[in-house]
Amino acid sequence: MIPVIVVCCYLVIIAVIGSVAFRKTQANTEDFFLANRTVGSMVFFLSLFATNMTAFAILGSSGQAYRQGVGIYGLMASSSSLVIPLTIFFIGTKLWSLGKKFGHQTQVAFFRDRWECSSIGTVIFILSVVMLVPYMIISIMGGGRVLTDISGGRVVYPLGCAVVALVVTANVFFGGMRGTVWVNIFQTLLFLLFGAVAVGVISHSLEGGFGDYISKIAGNPKMRFLLTRERMPERYFWSYTFIPLSSIMFPHMAIMCFAARKVTAFKRTVVLYPLAIMAIWLPCIFLGVLGTQLEPGLKNPDGILLHLLSDHAPVWLAGILGAGIISAVMGSDTHQVLAVSTMFTKDVFAYYGGKDRYGEKGSVLFARGFILAVTIIAYLIALKTPESIFELAVRFAFTGFAAMAPVMIAALFWKRSTKYGALASTLWVAGWLLLTWYAHRISDGIAPKPGQPAVIIFSALGHLFERSTANVTVFGFLPVVPMVLGSAAVMVLFSLVTPPPSRATIEKYFPKESAEPRDRASAPGIAQPAQAPAP
Amino acid sequence: MKAAKALLVTVLVVVVYFLHQDFWNWKKTDPLVFGFLPIGLAYHAGYSILASILMAVLVWIAWPKHLEEPDSEQGRPSSDQPQGHR
Repeated sequence: MIPVIVVCCYLVIIAVIGSVAFRKTQANTEDFFLANRTVGSMVFFLSLFATNMTAFAILGSSGQAYRQGVGIYGLMASSSSLVIPLTIFFIGTKLWSLGKKFGHQTQVAFFRDRWECSSIGTVIFILSVVMLVPYMIISIMGGGRVLTDISGGRVVYPLGCAVVALVVTANVFFGGMRGTVWVNIFQTLLFLLFGAVAVGVISHSLEGGFGDYISKIAGNPKMRFLLTRERMPERYFWSYTFIPLSSIMFPHMAIMCFAARKVTAFKRTVVLYPLAIMAIWLPCIFLGVLGTQLEPGLKNPDGILLHLLSDHAPVWLAGILGAGIISAVMGSDTHQVLAVSTMFTKDVFAYYGGKDRYGEKGSVLFARGFILAVTIIAYLIALKTPESIFELAVRFAFTGFAAMAPVMIAALFWKRSTKYGALASTLWVAGWLLLTWYAHRISDGIAPKPGQPAVIIFSALGHLFERSTANVTVFGFLPVVPMVLGSAAVMVLFSLVTPPPSRATIEKYFPKESAEPRDRASAPGIAQPAQAPAP
Repeated sequence: MKAAKALLVTVLVVVVYFLHQDFWNWKKTDPLVFGFLPIGLAYHAGYSILASILMAVLVWIAWPKHLEEPDSEQGRPSSDQPQGHR
């Protein structure tokens, strides 16, 4: 019961921080959604990191390491430690600047303005929401499951989900972005410490130290693969370096970028981000592999850390570490709820006249009502639907958002990119998602067991589509590879064969380049001012 | 960013990116770094540190200073305003 009490204390602290933030909140949307763009450097780092870290970083990573070994770190963590800071450096800073300059609060608002087109924003909005909502639901499920496991079943799953949904809702409903980032400081520090403390405590309780156990695994031919990547195809491993492109495309990450007070806040974030990833993932992966010796034969390896903690840590410490896991769940979930609410309020409600009719206060009221409604619906869905469906949907979401990265890059850095290019890219991504979903569904029955080679899905197409244990592959690569490369190619092709944005828009978004050479206005591909629609 | 700087940044990023695919460690378990970390895991832990150093270098030589002081409130706010359904 002690772990439950500790976790309850943690939840009370979260609620108190949220209520303090509520008192500071002003009745306008910029304050509610972006904390008036005043998030300072260190808080920005801690909050951005919390935004992107889910329960998977702790529970899923150790569970995957239990099944597949140490290769999971290179596959998911070290690739992220390079690609995510790079995207924050090049894309995040530019997004921040344009948001500050033109008042954008969401990606969709930027896309609509950049390409002078309402429809492209709406299409991207729909795709983004479809990909984000399952992520939000699975976070509630994950939180509920952790509470149930920590309490040894005393807190039943529906109650666990309800507690998580309630705390997240209260935090976002009252505190908005300010409440969320304040809570994130506490949460991130807690789960950053989690790994080191867990390793220290478990090593203290082991006789002979870690080296003995690792040597045992290395000496066992059936388990040796856990310390290498011999069961991990090189193409699969390389494909995974594309997945972290999704990070900056997730609406909650992009919206967080708009909230920084100064662009210099990004400096500390990009340098510390890889180290923070290592601080969480390395101990969890290592303990996951070690768990194969200490807790062999687990049916659900995602619970390996909870098993290790309950067997090797004092009860009170297990509670604090459990709170660390809950922190990871809630840190990202609050941002997801806030992001969905921000998008509906800004991209739908305000854009289609709601703000003009009901004003700033009305918009904030709408946002709060929406937060309430969306978490109630998410909670009900979480209770009724099997988790496996959402796990699959989230994997598809990562792939889909990664494949949307070329759209963002083109919008920010290529003035000749057009709305038709963006639309074609978006449809390319949506089409591939449907195709791989279909291929996945029909190949479930023939999926090979772990360690066995992939099997062909459509015999007429040879090795084009194959099914491995958990994924559909395209010539051995994950679908994210053709999706990202194809999305970029389609963007370029359709942009070049369609009329460019107006001169006014190009001058607005690329002021330096288009300022001096007057004659470039008449160059092919740059529309004349007279043709520009009113901004 | 000047051309030489842009080239340097590109080369650095590409080299670090390719170092991620450490095929030479693929099937190795030894040596155990610090007596317990398999070489493949230790390499990628080191890779995370290298990524952090790369980002520090990028901040140092390629920081987008021109974004630090964006033009004051020009055109703000546009995101809320219906743009017309073009």
